[in-house]
Amino acid sequence: MRLKGFIHIKGVFGLVFGLLFLFHSPSFAQTDTAAVNADTEQVATTDSSAVDSATATDTSVAATDSEVSATSAPASASTTAVAAEEEAGIPAQVYVNFFYYVLLFVLVCFIVTILGQVLSVYELTQGLRKKLPVNNWHSHQAWFFLVGLIVFLYGIYWSYAHHGTQSFREAATEHGARIDTLFIITTIITTIVLVLTHIALFGFAFKYRGSDKRKAYYYPHNNALEKIWTITPAVVLTILVLFGFFTWRGITNIPEEQQKEALQIEITAEQFAWNIRYGGRDNTVGKRNFKLTTPVNGLGIDFTDNSALDDIRAGDIVLPVGKPVHFTINSKDVLHSFYIPEFRVQINAVPGMPTFFYIVPKYTTEEMREKVGDPDYNFILLCSKICGSGHYNMQKKVIVVTDAEYKEWLSQQTYYFDDTMQKEFKELSQPKQANLVIDGNKMVSNN
Amino acid sequence: MATTTTLPAADYNHNDHHDHGHKETFITKYVFTQDHKMIAKQFLITGIIMAFIALFLSILFRLQLAWPEKDFPILEVFLGKWAEGGRIKPEFFLALVTIHGTIMVFFVLTAGLSGTFSNLLIPLQIGARDMAAPFMNMLSYWFFFVACVVMLASFFVESGPASAGWTIYPPLSALPTAISGSGTGMTLWLISIGIFIASQVMGGINYISTILNMRTKGMSLWRMPLTIWALLFTAILGLLSFPVLVSAVVLLFFDRSMGTSFYLSDIIVQGQILAHEGGSPILFEHLFWFLGHPEVYIVILPSFGIVSEVISINSRKPIFGYHAMVYSLLGISVLSFLVWGHHMFVTGMSPFLGGVFMITTLIIAVPSAVKVFNYIATIWRGNIRFTPAMVFSIGMVSFFISGGITGLFVGNAAIDIQVHDTYFIVAHFHLVMGSAAIFGMLAGVYHWYPKMFGRMMNNRLGYLHFWITFVGAYFVFIPMHFMGIDGVPRRYYAFTSFEFMEKWLSVNVFITWSAIIAGLAQVAFAWNFFHSMKHGKLATQNPWGANTLEWTTPIERIHGNWPGELPTVHRWPYDYSKPGHSEDFIPQTVPYSETMSSNLPHDFEGNPEAEKIQREWEAQQLVVDEESK
Repeated sequence: MRLKGFIHIKGVFGLVFGLLFLFHSPSFAQTDTAAVNADTEQVATTDSSAVDSATATDTSVAATDSEVSATSAPASASTTAVAAEEEAGIPAQVYVNFFYYVLLFVLVCFIVTILGQVLSVYELTQGLRKKLPVNNWHSHQAWFFLVGLIVFLYGIYWSYAHHGTQSFREAATEHGARIDTLFIITTIITTIVLVLTHIALFGFAFKYRGSDKRKAYYYPHNNALEKIWTITPAVVLTILVLFGFFTWRGITNIPEEQQKEALQIEITAEQFAWNIRYGGRDNTVGKRNFKLTTPVNGLGIDFTDNSALDDIRAGDIVLPVGKPVHFTINSKDVLHSFYIPEFRVQINAVPGMPTFFYIVPKYTTEEMREKVGDPDYNFILLCSKICGSGHYNMQKKVIVVTDAEYKEWLSQQTYYFDDTMQKEFKELSQPKQANLVIDGNKMVSNN
Repeated sequence: MATTTTLPAADYNHNDHHDHGHKETFITKYVFTQDHKMIAKQFLITGIIMAFIALFLSILFRLQLAWPEKDFPILEVFLGKWAEGGRIKPEFFLALVTIHGTIMVFFVLTAGLSGTFSNLLIPLQIGARDMAAPFMNMLSYWFFFVACVVMLASFFVESGPASAGWTIYPPLSALPTAISGSGTGMTLWLISIGIFIASQVMGGINYISTILNMRTKGMSLWRMPLTIWALLFTAILGLLSFPVLVSAVVLLFFDRSMGTSFYLSDIIVQGQILAHEGGSPILFEHLFWFLGHPEVYIVILPSFGIVSEVISINSRKPIFGYHAMVYSLLGISVLSFLVWGHHMFVTGMSPFLGGVFMITTLIIAVPSAVKVFNYIATIWRGNIRFTPAMVFSIGMVSFFISGGITGLFVGNAAIDIQVHDTYFIVAHFHLVMGSAAIFGMLAGVYHWYPKMFGRMMNNRLGYLHFWITFVGAYFVFIPMHFMGIDGVPRRYYAFTSFEFMEKWLSVNVFITWSAIIAGLAQVAFAWNFFHSMKHGKLATQNPWGANTLEWTTPIERIHGNWPGELPTVHRWPYDYSKPGHSEDFIPQTVPYSETMSSNLPHDFEGNPEAEKIQREWEAQQLVVDEESK
């Protein structure tokens, strides 16, 4: 068996080196010979036991190799082109580096195999010396679970302490504060459950590790116990459900009157930008019709609707603090999602179906900057629904200011119905009438 | 039923004769085989290969996430134009995410998991010679195989594979102008899933009819191992929900190629006004998640079954609360059809409906909690053997707890506003249905390997595989929760565009290294799996000391499973460490008359005569004892 293994490993290495030379990389010899020599030397000393990993990696090398030819084939039509591209486009050093990593992995596999062999030899000799029967309890694993439990609990603590403080910021809206309360209560409950169940799971695994000396306790069921742990989670969940349900209704079920009184802002998403439209003096956002979309009238605003005439175009979302805001979310093309993490606001933008969100900002941007201690801090609107290649960079600044600042900002913004738009609107209405005339003529001639 | 279950020896001999008469060729034995055990192996090996491919894809996009500013020239060798200059393109990043998800959910955790273990265990554990419809069973595998090939073929399409996320929400998935992957790649995706569903339906019908009709003598429903219960519910869920995905896929196909407007309305893409009017993407979401949610239970239920079995065997204790375990499986299965809307709280679905779905969702946590507590109670005062299957099962329970409790956050509509479509949800489902299900599957592989290949896998490599994977998975997914709480959306190509995400870049490097190391640890598994087929230690007939029927079959794994008569079942499958018995297990085939010393009054419920015999024997025993004193 050992001899067989030795022959095998030589063959495998021949194959790996053969592959390396196939790639004609001159720099390989110059730069990495020392390292590779070291590798081979170590390998030579560890010969017999290392068979397994060598073959494993060899197959993976072969696999990657074939994948190379497979993937590049359809990309460029002919094989000669592939060869040309490889020689011209990708420097040989790339392959060298890659195979260096592969060899590194092979080396790790060797070390693992050697350790494995050493362990089994050790176990065998121990067994011989003490004349212990070989048992099949594998109780050493129980100790790993004990260590695992301690590491796990510390890891949870560390994550909460470091990543937790790094990620959790106070909500900057009124409804957000309610979500935060719910979030914290849920976190407390789940953390208790997580810790207790893991202490039980890993702790029992350690405590009741097997031995020949005892027998397990035949305990098929206990109805009382099962009732307890059906009812307890049910009660806890009922509390969470009720709390969650009323919070959710409180956020989404705003009376229509209240919605109408709030500041009306329409957000229209497209690949990969957000368009913002304020309701203007009448606080009503004019109608849209996607069929009216032109390069100038990107949103397809219907200017025959009078409430559209005073709609205001804005570069950023600017909100007055403490005043309710009613967002209407649209999409021009695919699904997007209107997401402002600090506001605890998220709702999808659906083409053909407006969605809504009602909020009351609690802090101005300045106040939030003080709270987080970062003078450059900003609220930000993100897209959280996969929408295409630019999905990762669809942002808009959200600025919360005092009422006075808001009014000042608003007075500087322009209307959607500006000169170019007015011109186009007139042109578009003109030919319509012309068409009518032509149609009329046709009708006449047809008659 | 009677004709098949009580197959007399003569019938088996006929089979035997059949086998000898027409020599099995390579093709009939390994390729177009109708033997359920071989089909199980085909499912398993295809599943493993697909898992490695999907894992490789995930490493690729993890590289991009960890080092968004760095070039990896070697990637250009693999990926050509999709990674020009060694940097993955944003479109291809989305394609990687999409295909990783699709392969993992459908091909690995659905077909690879329930396909493997349904085929292997159903006939073996209920005492049947094969599936109810072996030919259909074969077709089920080959449809699955074709689906895999079609899905992988989409990588070789000019416009790239589907890249609208594994949930393929329209309009993105319907408009090639919105993303290039929605061209031919998406068509192939739809075809592949169509074929895949056909495979699932054929498999499902087979599993259900086999379990209900072909149980051996004495194998009443309440004597079935929990694996079989779990696989039965899985098959029912699949059969009821997968056809709904067909309708979703077909309607999407119409929208894409025939100009219908089921899902599309009011769309201007690239300055072009599309004619579609009146459709709603929300409709697709409803149809998709009506499958999609039962699907996650299709993924996790077989793992529950496997883990119940493995934990009970290796704790040398009966599973705690067998009936509660079955009822919780039933409860989860029924409720799983009523909770799909929790994926859609913030999609614009009626908020009131969202509230209702929140209630049903949190109810489903109750049976899940019962299962976890019962596992822990099974381990309590056990006599645990840490076989590789057992350590993986404990790992599975741990993952299920850690991933399950975050379900209380995302299942709560109000909190979901904050964490929906962020890394929080990525962490949640990768732990609760990804890692937990794959650990259940691995536990099953380590446990039933001797039954599949007649040899044992290497324990030590198994432990190495377990610990690296277990720690690696936690290292990968725990930090993601916090990214999600911070508001980092999922499927982001790079974290470099937003200032607040930059603090997570170093965490991403840590996650990627953990993923790479955990990924490489799978080589230990692959090596162990394939090498042990030829070189593993020879297995004994019942290596784990288990009670279920599959361990009464000969090691040689013959077609037809049992030489001679089918076994008769006399007891439930969990008589481990029963007091009064000399050994710590009593196989299901041992009648109570042979175990007088360990019988309990409970064993004879509804059979007063047997109880009387037992009492008489016990009284006699007392007399003998006193005399000997």
